[in-house]
Amino acid sequence: MALGVDRLACIRGERQLFSDLTFRLAPGEALLLHGPNGSGKSSLLRMLAGFLAPAAGRIVWDGTVPDDEEADGLRGRFCYLGHQDAVKPQLSARDNLVFWARLSGLAAERAEAAADQALDAAGLQRQKRLPSRYLSAGQKRRVALARLLLTDVPLWLLDEPSNALDRAAVDWLGGILAQHRAKGGMVVLASHVPVPLPDARLLELPDGRLT
Amino acid sequence: MTAFLAIVARDLRLGAGAQGAMLTTLLFFVLAVSLFPLGVGPEPQILARIASGAIWVAALLAAMLSLDRLFQADQEDGTLDLLAQAPLPLGLVALAKTLAHWLTTGLPLALIAPLLALLMQMETEAIPVLLLSLLLGTPSLSLIGAIGAALTLGARRGAVLVPLITLPLVIPVLIFGVGAVDAAAYGLSAQPHLLLLGAFLAAALALSPFALAGAIKLALE
Repeated sequence: MALGVDRLACIRGERQLFSDLTFRLAPGEALLLHGPNGSGKSSLLRMLAGFLAPAAGRIVWDGTVPDDEEADGLRGRFCYLGHQDAVKPQLSARDNLVFWARLSGLAAERAEAAADQALDAAGLQRQKRLPSRYLSAGQKRRVALARLLLTDVPLWLLDEPSNALDRAAVDWLGGILAQHRAKGGMVVLASHVPVPLPDARLLELPDGRLT
Repeated sequence: MTAFLAIVARDLRLGAGAQGAMLTTLLFFVLAVSLFPLGVGPEPQILARIASGAIWVAALLAAMLSLDRLFQADQEDGTLDLLAQAPLPLGLVALAKTLAHWLTTGLPLALIAPLLALLMQMETEAIPVLLLSLLLGTPSLSLIGAIGAALTLGARRGAVLVPLITLPLVIPVLIFGVGAVDAAAYGLSAQPHLLLLGAFLAAALALSPFALAGAIKLALE
């Protein structure tokens, strides 16, 4: 499974954020998005997730452009994590994760097992049953990141994943990113602060220079 | 199907909880109907004459109460992005949320309505018809209301806009709902009215997923 982006352009509010963006991503590769605020990093991620239609250009999966009906089937191929954690304050961390696991189609028992495993990996064993409103911002972020471990999806789209994380949690994030890539997964990640992502390619926005 | 049920179950849990919409909706409905005997006076004939209309209008307004939060709460905390990634067409995601909304608002409203009908001195033979008409009519309210809620996603004054968009569209439900109850109260057959309510529901159920998916896609941009 490979992802290609061909002469992509983005227009938001009559302002062109970037144009002629072209890159390829092969299994195991990672792409780090750099650029000042408002240069279109988040918009590019939302475009790759299919939430935003490109103003020009195309996004190619395995050499084919998904049409609208296939886009529904595309959904299982990526996992998008935005600025917001999407953690419901009324539900416990575990219930949040079980819901997400079931949402991606896991049966009840497997969803619970996957949620427990992901929470253990995220170092939240003790906060499992606590209503999420009592979690700190960093802990909520870890719950959101634990979502990535629930299912095997080839592409991770991460928008500032290390927000609010302490150093130990950033190291853990680096670990799961490395694991995901070792399994042949792909990562596209936007971040202002250094994220442990060795030998990732760098995409400068808005000019689209690839290094 | 797992994903569909997971959404319904989660929304039921959130809706029935302390901060959920169920309790406020029910209390509003009961209060609104009990204002009529105080406002118009306790004469049984007058109350019996306006009972069907009062209960139906109160149900209509009560169903609007929590609609603006239907998708907004999920949009604010980023859950909507997540729901849009699920291996389930967006229209069905929205339908699952609408079903949960109906189960926490429309269904309890319909079930408590017979008690309020007694309070309003409604003819006893009309009460089962009232229950039936609400059971057929409130799902339509939730479906049409959900379209309004999805369209006003991101709008500043969604709470005001949703009823403004929705209420004109659900006038047929009100007319046939009240018509059914009145027909039964006068000893006529309520069947034509109920059939029309059913037809309205069938059409809303078939068409609303498309409108919902379109409106939510716009909000995701």
